[in-house]
Order: sequence, then structure tokens, then C-alpha cells
Amino acid sequence: MFASVRSSGSRLPSSVELNGSQELEAPASLRCHDLWTCSPLVPECRLWDPVHMFLTPVVPDWPFYNLDTMFVRGLKRKCFDGEEDIEGTLAGIKAIPSYNLQRQSLLDMSLVKLQLCHMLVEPNLCRSVLIANTVRQIQEEMTQDGTWQMINTQSTGQASLDRLVSTDILCRSSREQAEGKHVPGYTTYNKDFEGDQAQDSSETMSTASSVQVPRNLQSNVWEMENPQENKGNFQKSLDQIFETLENKSPNSVEDLFSEVDNSYYDLDTMLTGMMSNSKMGHCDGLETFSSPTATASNSNCKSDLNELDHIVEILVES
Amino acid sequence: MIPGEQIFIFMQGLQIFVCQFVCACVCVCLKKDKLYTNVIVSYLFSACVSLAGFGNLMQDVLWCFSQVKGTIDIGVTEADIISTVEFNHTGELLATGDKGGRVVIFQREQESKNQPHRRGEYNVYSTFQSHEPEFDYLKSLEIEEKINKIRWLPQQNAAYFLLSTNDKTVKLWKVSERDKRPEGYNLKDEDGRLRDPSMITMLRVPVLRPMDLMVEATPRRVFANAHTYHINSISVNSDYETYMSADDLRINLWNFEITNQSFNIVDIKPANMEELTEVITAAEFHPHHCNTFVYSSSKGTIRLCDMRTSALCDRHAKFFEEPEDPSNRSFFSEIISSISDVKFSHSGRYIMTRDYLTVKVWDLNMENRPIETYQVHDYLRSKLCSLYENDCIFDKFECVWNGSDSVIMTGSYNNFFRMFDRNTKRDVTLEASRENSKPRAILKPRKVCVGGKRRKDEISVDSLDFSKKILHTAWHPSENIIAVAATNNLYIFQDKVN
Repeated sequence: MFASVRSSGSRLPSSVELNGSQELEAPASLRCHDLWTCSPLVPECRLWDPVHMFLTPVVPDWPFYNLDTMFVRGLKRKCFDGEEDIEGTLAGIKAIPSYNLQRQSLLDMSLVKLQLCHMLVEPNLCRSVLIANTVRQIQEEMTQDGTWQMINTQSTGQASLDRLVSTDILCRSSREQAEGKHVPGYTTYNKDFEGDQAQDSSETMSTASSVQVPRNLQSNVWEMENPQENKGNFQKSLDQIFETLENKSPNSVEDLFSEVDNSYYDLDTMLTGMMSNSKMGHCDGLETFSSPTATASNSNCKSDLNELDHIVEILVES
Repeated sequence: MIPGEQIFIFMQGLQIFVCQFVCACVCVCLKKDKLYTNVIVSYLFSACVSLAGFGNLMQDVLWCFSQVKGTIDIGVTEADIISTVEFNHTGELLATGDKGGRVVIFQREQESKNQPHRRGEYNVYSTFQSHEPEFDYLKSLEIEEKINKIRWLPQQNAAYFLLSTNDKTVKLWKVSERDKRPEGYNLKDEDGRLRDPSMITMLRVPVLRPMDLMVEATPRRVFANAHTYHINSISVNSDYETYMSADDLRINLWNFEITNQSFNIVDIKPANMEELTEVITAAEFHPHHCNTFVYSSSKGTIRLCDMRTSALCDRHAKFFEEPEDPSNRSFFSEIISSISDVKFSHSGRYIMTRDYLTVKVWDLNMENRPIETYQVHDYLRSKLCSLYENDCIFDKFECVWNGSDSVIMTGSYNNFFRMFDRNTKRDVTLEASRENSKPRAILKPRKVCVGGKRRKDEISVDSLDFSKKILHTAWHPSENIIAVAATNNLYIFQDKVN
């Protein structure tokens, strides 16, 4: 088990051959010679299964035991000094991707947790704050490493170190409770989002959002009538999100992202894209999950958008 | 035996030993042969007694199973999951709250003289629905009815009072017995129907007649609408007139008689919620000083506040924080340092805090580090990423003191719970399971093996069941009786009575 190489592909020099690297421990059948042109649709080239990474059964299997070992190893990484000789440089490059991958996967996981913690019952503020602090810590470290800078320059063209994601975006629940303080922030983000037309993916996301709104109102009424069911359905809806995402990925996601590279199918890349485009508001990331999902019982994204409408309505009225 | 008893027996033995030694010396001096032999024998006997007393000091308490409450069904109903356990101040009553908003109170039976080897058992005394699910229409969010905490008030009359709270509302319940009822009303007949006044020809005085014992619970006060965030702790003050309720960002002080007002004594909400990095996780009043309380945070710090300094205790009087160990630093360092429970010792001199992997005992007089640190399940340190992924790292374990503050107990996974003896520095891991549920069966200590060869009775880290977690435990205030909540079952264990 190893973290996705693809997610950090944009940050590694293309000349680095990770095939045969001992840190990855890739089984021979799954080794891919050229990682950057491999499509996740081809099973042999799928080095990392994004769906099952997040669908771990708790007991008794521990598919993430290796991930933990990776983390242990990553913590002991050596400092990469720019003045080392070529051998040392290669060794440094090999050591750093492993740590970067771990850090990236942890970041992705944390963002997913924050986004998908919206249920009918208020999410736990303590948990949200702890996850947000972890994300912030990773981002600060990535800023220091310079990796954060590279993401920014490549994706949006705005290299700004001030784009550390604040708790405002990450802790959605706490903001709602702070009587409307976040709303001006929301509208600002929406404006940025609309103005940033350079991204193809953002266009598709905005169309997706407009489609989602009427559906949300209907489904929200349904949710209010069945609060108990929805509470218990959280786990199911989480599974459903990923299952439908995986099942329908060749067709519906392709339609949605027809103008986007194939490499964006990967969950982690979408998350990375979402993270780097965080200024647009995290709700957009949710829409990428919810769009292929037809199940009305998925309350997470739809309730978010509905809340957004609520908040905007309240703002407008006041 | 609790250490007090052990010391008593030891001292008794010591007294006999000293007396006999003196007699032996006298006899030697007087050189009386027969008396000399007798004295030597009794001297040896008393030496054995005192050694036995001393030996008891070194012996650990043997815990054995007493009772289990709850169903054996494999499927667990969500509403039956026990969310809090608390003994009252005498230990006579044991209250549990569950996720369905119900409170069940057990009462200890009187010890029968026929069976002196069996301690009193706990049987159901009263059960009532404390909180109902509510819906916050403004936020379109449901308010769970799960009982977060129960705290007993000291008994002042024949009735029992307890506070129970869910995420938003605290309620004061009165539990009282009724064993007499009045009969012979004039205006109502026995069924309660009103009698026709024209049919009444004579007046009588109602009399009280005995009836079957009925225990009724009535809500006496409802303290609502004071918390924006989820209430995580309540604590009754030692003046028995006030109590505090703490949520994620604020702590409110209430008077029991006043339900429409509360004082806000701690507020850590930042002006800009974007800057929120720390929340309150637990709070408790000092057991003797009614002006002192502590609260713990998600960053692993404890603040002690004195309400006499100012109305709003935003500035702490003492700040307890242990400097971070740089060798153990990881991405999860902050999460595992978040304190899930804080408890004062009965003496009021120490506080105990529980974070994810350790239990720490702090002296109130020393702020820079704890005086004792106990590893609860350090073998999980290498599994933190997986535990983060399945959210187990956010589990909030509680911890308790025993009556004499010499032993502390906390829960773990796989239905294990751990006890640490502060004097002998020994610890034991026990399991609450149906397999050990034979009456008075002694609990066998369990062991988790980290790696390498697994011995016969050990369990490996990878086989631990992380869905079976013991978050809530309680210890009788004066005896060695513990109540352990394992998901939907309540286990009661006692020490072995000889």
C-alpha cells in the first residue's frame, strides 16, 4: 500500500524514475513504467486505489499498516541540503517524495474529513478544529518547503503565500454558529470564483452547482422529514459517494470533465485541485463529488448548498 | 483491600510484634525457662501476623465480576449505547445515560446477613426519559438527545437530585419514592372522577394508606438556551448552590434556583472565527474551594481560574502545560495531546488529565510538568494514521480516581480498561467481556503484545477491536466497586472479598 504518486506528479521533475524505488514497494504486476501518461482507467496502471483508501473497514484488517510505516519512515527523513553531490541529490529526491506523498495523502484525507463532516446533526467543533489545525500545519510546512508555492504557480497563476486556508473555510460548522460573520467571506469567494475563468474545471463546477440547487431544495425537504434516517445514513452516503464515483467514473465524470485532463479523475487530484482553489469556497469541491451521485439520501453536499442559500437569503433580507 | 485497611492490619501486627519482643527481652533477663519458650513461640506468631499484614500491602486488589446490565444481542441499537456513568456521593445509586436520552438509575441492595460474602448488588431503581430529540429550525440542524453527562447533587432530604445534560440543555431531576397514597377524597372517587356534589352526604378526612413502592422522577428545573455550542461538561460546585456548564467555547455559571439567567465566566471565542484554533474540552470545580475551577483545552493545556479575581475569568490563575517532546513530534502530535477529560482528586490537591495515549497526574502547585505520566496504550503510537483515518483518534476517554486517590482507572479499546496504582507504580489491564461473566469470577489481567512472538494469552495489536471502546467508567466513592460501560452493556466489578 502506498500513497498516490500522481498527486505529487506535478511537483516532481519528470526525469525522476520512481519505478523500482524501494520506498514505494510496488508489486511487480502494478508497476508502471511511465507514470505520467498512465490512465486510472487501465487497472494495471492504477497504483493507488483512491476509493478504497477511504473505505477502510475498521476491524480486523489493517490495510493502512503500511501507511503508518511510511509515516514512521517519513518522520526520520534526512535534511535535503542543496549542496550535496549528485548521489546525495538523487537519494534526497527519493526520500523527499515519500515524505511528500505521505504529507499530501494526509492533507487530502483531512480535507475530505472536513468537507464530508456535514450531517443533519451539527458536526463536532473540537474535531473540526483539530483537523483544521493539522491541515494548517501541513500547509505551513509545505510553504516552507516551497512545494505549496509550486502548486499555486501551476494551477491558478497566483503565487501567493497568503493562501493558507483559514479555519473560516475549513470549519464550516463553527462559522455558521458565528451569526453571519462568514457570509461576507462567502460572497467574496463566490466573486473570485466567478471571475476566475481560466480554469475549465471551475466552469463545469459552476454549471454543476446551478443544476444542483433545485434538486437540493426538494431533497432537503425530504431530509427534514427523516432526520433519524439521515443520521444513520451518513456512513452509507459516504460509501455511496465513492461507490458511484468509481462505478460511474468512466462515463458521467467524463461528461462532466470533458474539457479536463484524464489525470483529474483521481480523487486525490481533485482534492488537490480543490485545496489549491480553496479561495473559491469549499462547496465547489463537494459538488464534484455530488454530481455523479444521483442518490437523494446523500445529504452532505446538498444540505451545504441549501445552507448557503439560506445564509444568502438571510443576508439579503437583512 | 483498600490500602487503608492494609496499613491497619500491618500496624496491628506490628503492635503485637513489639509487645512480644519486649516480653521476650524481659524473660531473657529474668531467665525463666518455661515462660521463655512460650514467649518465643508467641513472638514468632506475631511476627508472622505482621508480615502477613505487610504482605497485604504488596498484594494487588483482585477484581472479580459482579453484574452485567444490558442485552447480549449482537446488533447494537444506537439508542442503547451508554454515554455516561456516575455513582452518587454515597455510592448507593449508580446512574447511566444513553444515546437515546434515557437515564437509568440502579440502587444497591442492602447486604443480607445470610450471605456476607456477597456484597450488595445493583438493581434498577428508576428509569426515565431525560431529553428528547429537538430540531433547531434556524440552523436546520437536529439537537441530539444523547446524555453527555450526569452529575449527582449531595443528598439533603429523602429525595435524590441529579443534573443531566445533552448538547444544549441541562435539566435538574428529582427522584423520589412514594410508598403511601391518600385515600378517601370527598370530591373525587377512587378512580379520580369528580363526584356529583349533590350526592355527597357526609365528609371524611382522607387517610394515607401504604402502597407498592413507586419511584418517580420529575424535572424540577430546565436550564436551556444558554449554549451556542455543544455542552461537554457540567460540574456541581462545593457550595451546592451553583454549578457550571461548559461548551466548546464558553463556560456558564448557574444558580440552581434560577433558570432564565446564567453568568458567563469563561469565553475563549475569538472575535474572528477564522482564528479559532483551540476549544474547551472539559471543566470541573475544585472539590473544596467553591471559587476555583479548571478547564482543559484541545491543545493539551489546563487552566485553573479563580472566580474571585474577576467576573470573566479569561485570565487564568495557573496554566498547566507540559513542553512537547521533540523526538515524538508528528503530524498527529496536536491531536493526541488534546485532553479529553480532567478530574480533581478527592483531596483537591491533584488533577488528572486524559489525552489520547496517556493519563497524567498534575500537582496544583507545579505548572510546568505533570508529576506522573502513565501510558495507557502506547502501542497505538505507530497506528495513529489509521486511527486518524477511521476517526478513532478523536475518541474521548474518561478517567476516574478511586476513593483514596491511590489508584486511577481509564478505558481503552477492545473492551480493555486499565488501572494504575500510584503507590506501587503497578498497572493492570482488564477486559469487560461476556466470557468473564461468571459470578465472582476473578478477572484475568490481559496483555497486548506489540510485535514479535505472541505468547499464548496475549493479543496482538492488529487483532484489537476498535469498535469496542470503553470511554466511560466510574468508581464507588469509598469501596472497590467499579462500573464500566462497554457500548450498550454496563459491567460492575468488585474486589474479591475473602
